[in-house]
This record gives sequence, structure tokens and C-alpha cells, in this order.
Amino acid sequence: MITKTSAEIGGMGHSIKRKEDSRFIQGKGNYVDDVHLPAMVYGHMVRSPYAHARLKSINTEKAKQLPGVLAIITGEDLAKANLAWMPTLFFDKQMVLATGKVLFQSQEVAFVVAHDQYTAADAAELVEVEYEELPVLVDPHKATDPSSPILREDREEKSNHIFHWEVGDKAATDKAFQSAAVKASVHAISQRCHPAPLETCGCVADFNRATEKLTVYLTSQAPHAHRTLFSIVGGIPEQNIRVISPDIGGGFGNKVPIYPGYVCAVVASLTLGVPVKWIETRSENLQSTGFARDYHMTAEIAADQNGKVKALRVKTLADHGAFNAAAQPTKFPAGLFSMCTGSYDFGASFCEVDGVYTNKAPGGIAYRCSFRITEAAYLIERVVDVLANQLKIDPAEFRRRNFIQPDQFPYKTPLGWTYDSGNYEGALNKALEMVGYSQLRKEQEEKRKKGELMGIGISSFTEAVGAGPAHTFDIAGIKMFDSAEIRVHPTGKAICRMGTKSQGQGHETTYAQIVAQELGIPASDVVVEEGDTDTAPYGLGTYASRSTPTSGAATAMAARKIRDKAKKIAAHLLECSEDDLEWETGKFFVKGAPSKSKSIQEIAFAAYTNIPAGLEAGLEAVNYYDPPNLTFPFGTYICVVDIDKGTGEVKVRRFVAVDDCGNVINPMIVEGQIHGGLTEGLAIAFMQLIDYDENGNVQGGSFMDYLIPTAVETPHWETGSTCTPSPHHPFGAKGVGESPNVGSPAAFVNAVVDALSHLGVKHIDMPITPWKVWKVLKEKGVN
Amino acid sequence: MAKKQTVHVKINGQQREAEVEPRLLLVHFIRETLALTGTHVGCDTSNCGACTILLNGKTVKSCTMFAVQADGADLLTVEGLFQDGKLHPLQEGFKQEHGLQCGFCTPGMLMSTYALLQRNAQPTENDIRWGISGNLCRCTGYQNIVKAVQYAAGKMAQGGAR
Repeated sequence: MITKTSAEIGGMGHSIKRKEDSRFIQGKGNYVDDVHLPAMVYGHMVRSPYAHARLKSINTEKAKQLPGVLAIITGEDLAKANLAWMPTLFFDKQMVLATGKVLFQSQEVAFVVAHDQYTAADAAELVEVEYEELPVLVDPHKATDPSSPILREDREEKSNHIFHWEVGDKAATDKAFQSAAVKASVHAISQRCHPAPLETCGCVADFNRATEKLTVYLTSQAPHAHRTLFSIVGGIPEQNIRVISPDIGGGFGNKVPIYPGYVCAVVASLTLGVPVKWIETRSENLQSTGFARDYHMTAEIAADQNGKVKALRVKTLADHGAFNAAAQPTKFPAGLFSMCTGSYDFGASFCEVDGVYTNKAPGGIAYRCSFRITEAAYLIERVVDVLANQLKIDPAEFRRRNFIQPDQFPYKTPLGWTYDSGNYEGALNKALEMVGYSQLRKEQEEKRKKGELMGIGISSFTEAVGAGPAHTFDIAGIKMFDSAEIRVHPTGKAICRMGTKSQGQGHETTYAQIVAQELGIPASDVVVEEGDTDTAPYGLGTYASRSTPTSGAATAMAARKIRDKAKKIAAHLLECSEDDLEWETGKFFVKGAPSKSKSIQEIAFAAYTNIPAGLEAGLEAVNYYDPPNLTFPFGTYICVVDIDKGTGEVKVRRFVAVDDCGNVINPMIVEGQIHGGLTEGLAIAFMQLIDYDENGNVQGGSFMDYLIPTAVETPHWETGSTCTPSPHHPFGAKGVGESPNVGSPAAFVNAVVDALSHLGVKHIDMPITPWKVWKVLKEKGVN
Repeated sequence: MAKKQTVHVKINGQQREAEVEPRLLLVHFIRETLALTGTHVGCDTSNCGACTILLNGKTVKSCTMFAVQADGADLLTVEGLFQDGKLHPLQEGFKQEHGLQCGFCTPGMLMSTYALLQRNAQPTENDIRWGISGNLCRCTGYQNIVKAVQYAAGKMAQGGAR
């Protein structure tokens, strides 16, 4: 149990208002595009109109003649500095600027620098590039056909196949299938989509020739890791690089990789000796930076007649586009996709994934999820519904029969994960009660008699968030611990710096609440600062819902170190032994004599003014926290839909979300995260798609074509919670930001399929547009 | 390059003028020329609404206009909402109801809802959802923005009106 502090202190469990809001509501945020430096110039990218073409020539003469143009950089120029290619985060390399040929539409071909952004864009138009079109590979299923063109001539292996990865016991799984009484399967596509944070990617690179210091203002979710990579790849001594991630306008995984535009801006600044700003347009963002998903998946379940699951077999084809720019821990080519056994107690299981190249933008990144776990959660929650429907067992009851039980934790899955804790039935029961499940089923029956289409979809997901532990997880070799440094000032106020970086999650508030909880210093007296690599301790950044499990834990551990030192100082001040002291929020007091006490503020003052002999002055601590395991938040989501038979329009009537993320720091912020993630889940289920035509032309490459839900399409979310603390986290918390995006797509799709299941519909692929539903209804003779 | 033209505007109560290229977008005029960076750019197709401002009392997406078209106009941006040493009730509402996360859409949302409350002092939830349907938010799921506007409407009805 967490002791609740007073509202004045504002520790854990208080819905205190966000510290960061004051500047945002007054237009005083400081995003990368707001950075304006003296003598700053602007970059603009020249991009390929073709998906696959030989680069015959680039003529920059006309562009150079335009007044105001300062430099034009091509792939050939970069090749001279050995920078035409850069490593991706997953054992591949990617062209910074094209040499030889282009491999996807909107690929970076040249970088124009001019005094102002309009001139840079004009000059980009004047760059003459001659292409010779090549045959295009769009369908990942054809990637390994002998008739398909080999895309990557730079690789030794002359194949479009990137990797094969498998986990589990194939023989035992196959055997279980041979003897199974019941089998069910589904082929489901987790479609290519894009996180599209409202702020696009960009940077201001500022190389100072006098100090030889490079400062990069960067839309980065991982500023420290980016500094190291800039240093290793660019050959600039790391102490001479300072990455600053100022306010970030949403990330959702899009701002984890390093993009060619960043590298070009740095090269341009090194060349010109002035600051260079590069901000991509929305269309560039959607067409060229980290896409997500594009998993083509088949899942099969073996079960007995009573619907008790026995085995799971999963086969997946992953389309990575032109370069494998996946942002995954290096031991996991398909991320945490092997979490695909979900919340259920399976016997033997087997999962295999093959990755291939196509003429599409490179990726794929983890879009608001812990490394491919959204694909896994969607697949298992979909196939479980297919099986339940096949056996005519209510989907809630089916889940109940197969859940991992509370007394089975810690639970080792057949695919190698150890879940720390869970109570799946508790969350399911609460969600069923909140939504009024049995009443809804009755209503559905009545409606069906009248020919009306109504569906109820359930998803009981398990998430796995908070990477490390370091022995299992690293990004490009850097271990996935994270850090916190706390300095308590003489007057008892504090500043904390972390290796993570908020992109809207409210870290300035929640980390301060952890300090308040641990030290009793009011959260309002604690300043949190992230994103400046010159001042913050090293860390791997914010994604995969890892901030609370890692830096949050580090904050508590650092605070406890401070408390240990504070105890020594208190003993000195109270002239007693440390053993005689007890801690109560914000003060040490003498056992049995509570009036004899010293507050943390008094102790902090003494740390600078009245230091006991033999003790160092000051009151600060740093902790690098390596979690012993991931944390495993979970929940049950229930969606109710009504479908218009005439138009195929799906209306989400209700959506109940019960989440369990253990002990909560700030309930208001957690609820906000749930709302946002559910809305992105809605978007993925019904709207968001980056598609390509047969020539590799990107469809969905601007906000005209890539549909984002507005307030009108978004339903009213109903949220609830249960609490199963993580047994290994210092204050029992689990990550939460991504649960709603991981758990909800299946609930939406299950609801739509449920509405149509009596017509024999088993599956519809996302995004479920009115057109798709209308076609299904027409096939079934309904409209 | 076309000949520069002088643009005069009144923005957040102040007279400003500058020589600009005729093709300069109003949003760039506000952000770059006048250095008011609260107004944001989130897309290149006039969909996202992050650049929403008030022009002569009506909302416009400032990326869809040239600065020269705003010559002589009265503009209000997010920086103009704080008046007489006080936050606007909408600003307060966004903070109180957790109506923002990353903050990037917030200035546009504030300006759209400011105009909404000017024409409809007691909007229903549906009115608010339609009122912000030209503004995209990727973080909040809109629900707390609705509550923020309701908070402001309540506050303004009690006499905190502006």
C-alpha cells in the first residue's frame, strides 16, 4: 500500500494539475520550430517521385543560381565524407541521400539550403534529377518471388528477404494441433499506418566553428541515444555534441529513429558554420518517416471441445519497406510480437516472423506500443473471438475459461516471457458490469430479430512495458536502463533531471509527485527537467511506456538515497543515533518522541550549513535503474457498435475501458493517456492507412488522404480501473500510456464482426471503412 | 521575386506593420515576422487547425491566407487571450480539465473554442464537438477538451465573461 500524502505535498494518487500547462495554454511552449537563432538558414529536401528508379544524374546548376541559395548537398557529396548511408536501429543501413538508385517514393535525393524557407523550396524545384524507372515491388507476399526485382543491390545477400525469426516449440505445437478436437484460425492484417504526431519531425543544427561544439535542437524521444549515434556515425567527439529536445508535440514512436533530414541539417551546419533549420512538412512526415505495423499475420488455435485452449501457432510476414529501420531491441527482430499468447494459459506455442523489403518507406517503428505488441494483442484477441464464435461460447465466458489465473503469477509463457502479476478476471468482471453486458446481449438478440445490426466486442489484453531489463533489452547496443538525478537546494526545493523525455505525458508533474511521495517535498517545489544531454543523466528515452517503470523507479531510488543521507543529518541535528529515528512523510522524528523531529527542509538547509563531521556537503543523488523485469499492465475493453445497413457506417455507441496499471501516480493524467490511446486505437481500427498503388505511389500521404479522427468521430470514453501493483517496481507502478492503443483495436473489430457474425462473417481487416462494411453487407444480401 | 508590400495589422491589440513578399503565408507572418510562435503549423493541407486564429472576430486557418490578405485586419492569437493579468476562462478550463497533453494543438483549439463561445455561450457537448471538428488533436481523445469548454462556459455564465 502507498501511504497517501496530504494534498499540499501532492504525492502519489493526487490528480494535481499539470505544471507544464501554464506555458502551453499561453502559446509559450518552445517546440523545435519555435527555435530561432541568429544567422539561421533553412533546409529543404528534394525527394523522389518514383518508388524504384535508377538515378541517372542530378543537375544543381539552376538551383545554385537562385539568389539566396547557400548550398546543395547530394548523395555523391555525402559519399565523400562516408555519410551517404547511415545505420538504422536494426542491423541495416539506410541512404541519407540517394546514390545509385531510389527505393521508395519521396526518398531523400538532395538537400537545399537557403536564407529563407521559401527560397529553399523554390530552389528544390529547380534541382533537375534524371531517373530511369525500374520495376516496382509493392506486395510483400511477392518479395521472394524469382520474378521480383532485387531491391537492395548494396547487400551481399541478393534477396529481398531480411530475416526469419522463430520462438517456441514447433514440434510440440504441431503435435498438439494434430490431436486437437477443435481448431480455429484467422488471417489478419495489422495495416501500415503512421503515428502522425501533430508536430512533425525537425531540427535546428548549430555548429559553432570557434568552440567546435554542435548543438542540435531535435524532435527526439531519445536525446541521449541520439547524441551517441551522432557521435559514432558522424565522428564528432561526444562531449562536443549537445542534443536538446525542447517541447515535443507528440511522438508515439515517430521520433525514435534518426532521419536523413537531421543528418543533412548537421552536415549543412558543419559546412556553412551557421545554424540550419529543417522542419519536414506533414506530407513528408507521412511519406518518409517511421511507419508502423504492416504485419500480415495468421494465427491458429488448437482447443478441446469445451473451448479450453491448448496450443497457438502464429506465422507472420513483416513488410519493412526499403530499409529495415525498425526501432526494436536488438535481440528481437519482431519486437515483443511473441507476447501473442496474450492473457491466456496456452500449452505449446510457436511463433515465426519473416521480414522482407519492398519499395515503400522504411520502418517500422513501435507506434504507441511496446515494440510490436499491438500487433500481437490484436491477433490473439481476434483469433480468440473467432474460436469462441465457432464453438458458440460467449466471448466473455470463453476468456474467463482460459485466463491465466491470479495464483499462477509470476507466470512463464510458452514463448518465454515471465508476467509479473495479473488479475484478468477482475478487470473483465468490472468491464462487464460497467457496460451492462447481459442486458446488451438481450438487446442485441431483439435487434437481430428486427434485422438491426448491433455488436459487442471484447478485448482482454496484456501489455508488457518498461524495457529493460538490460540483460535482455538494448537499442543499438546501449542497454535499456534509465536514470534520475535529484538535487535538493538549501531551502528545501529540488530539481530533478531524467534520461527520459516527455512528449506530452506530463513528466514535469508526475516525476515531481514521486519525489513528493518519497521525500515529502511538495510537488510544487520540485522542478523536473528533461531533454538536454549536457545536463540530464544518460538514459534511453521515452517510448514503450517505459518512463514510469524505469526513470520513475530511478526517481524513487535516488530519493531513497537522499533520505538515507538525510537520516544521518537528522541524527546529527537531533543529537541521537540513526537507529532512534523514524521517517514519516517529510520528516524524521525520534521514536517515542514525535515532537523531536526535523523536516526535510530543515535537513536540506543543514546539508549546506551545518554538516556533520565526516559527511560530504550537499543533498543530491543519482540512480541508474535497471528493472528486473518488464511490468505487465492489462485490462478489458468492451465496445458496443451499431451499423447502418444502408451505408455501412459503424457507430461506436459505447466504449468501456478498465485498465490495471498497478499503483497510480496521477489518476487525471492516467485517464488522459487512456482517452488518447483509445482514440488512436479507434483511428487504426476505422481510418488510418498508408497504402500504395501498384506503381508504389503512396496513398494516404497527406492529411487529405490519411484520416485522423476529429472530435465528431470520437466517442465518449468510459473508464474504470482495478489495481494489481507490480511486485518488483519500487512503488508498484506499471506503464500505461500505450495500453489503450494496444488493447483497443481488437475491441472495435470484434464488435463489428460480432454485429455481423450471424451472417457468417468471421473477420474484416482494418481499417474498417463504411465501404468495406457496405461491400460485406452487399455480399451477404443484407442491403 | 515579386515586389514587397506593406502589411498593417492590429494583432492582440497592438498595431504592427512589415514589408513582406506577397506570397508569404499569414501563419509565417505571425510566427516569423512578428515572432508570435504560439500559433503552430501541423500540416500542409489546411486540415489540422493548429494555426487557427481570429481574423476580424472569425476563425481562420492562418496557413490558408496570405499575409497581404490580412492587411488592415484585427487579429487575435493565443498570445492575446491573457488579459488584465488574468487567464481567459478557456485557458483555465484547459488546465483544470486536463484538456491538453503535448500542447501543440492547444493554441488552435483555444482560438476555435473562443469563437465558439462567442457565438454560442452555452454549447452542448455535440455543439462543442462540431465546434472543434476543424482542429485535430492526437493526444487527448477530445473528451477533456469538451470538458474544458464546458468549464469555461460555466465560468463565463457566472460573470467571468469576456
